[in-house]
Amino acid sequence: MDRVPILRIGDVLLVSIQVDLQDQGVLDLQEDLAEQLSSVSARGVVIDISAVEIVDSFIGRMFATIASVSQLFDAATVVVGMRPAVAITLVELGLTLGNVRTALNLEKGLEILRSTTIGRTGAGWAQPPPEATR
Amino acid sequence: MTELGAESARLAITGDDDVVRVRQLARSYAQQLKLSLVDQTKLVTATSELARNTLTHGGGGAAEISIVRDSRRAGVRASFQDSGSGIPDIDLAMTDGWSSGNGLGLGLSGARRLVDEFELDSAVGRGTTVTVVKWGR
Repeated sequence: MDRVPILRIGDVLLVSIQVDLQDQGVLDLQEDLAEQLSSVSARGVVIDISAVEIVDSFIGRMFATIASVSQLFDAATVVVGMRPAVAITLVELGLTLGNVRTALNLEKGLEILRSTTIGRTGAGWAQPPPEATR
Repeated sequence: MTELGAESARLAITGDDDVVRVRQLARSYAQQLKLSLVDQTKLVTATSELARNTLTHGGGGAAEISIVRDSRRAGVRASFQDSGSGIPDIDLAMTDGWSSGNGLGLGLSGARRLVDEFELDSAVGRGTTVTVVKWGR
């Protein structure tokens, strides 16, 4: 099965999900991202789901896992481009994405990464990450 | 996939890729009935949760997806059957956050919230059947 490509743009890893992911594909992506995070010095991960038609509990959990793993590598994760129907469905499903940051689109997501990593120290957050700027 | 006439099909669920096929089939029926995009998304998400349950908790099984009609409206019905160990405590299994595996415990309770009708039939040692319907408006 095809793996979801992870693009590196500067110090940001960009994942754009363009296929209907099987559960194994979700697990592969988690592993690939962890691998990338450990080998390059990324300060952020952006997951673009603008092409994703459904987010069920398995995919939702992937976002939370990726966010937690990336934090261990001192990187922040932002999920961008959620479709309105997906957002409504997630809320009714009862899935909260925990600590996962979300943004309207790629541009806003990159803005969030810029603002949350200002003042970052090697040991983690120098201060609590500011709320998303709108 | 076995076509059971133009408005019904049966799919075996034995692997990850079958969960994706169930989603695609449910979506194609929902589109055929011109369900709203939100209703399509809810139905497809519910079928994804239930197909995964069939696979991981029931040890595999089958899904039957059909278009159903009453005097006023049409909808999509999805039924999932397995011959697994069954659910010992249905009330507990329907509780948000309770999981017998390593999931989030939102599969059954979450799926129920996304559809209009939900029926669960399970007996220990005999297996589980879950049937859901999403009606067009």
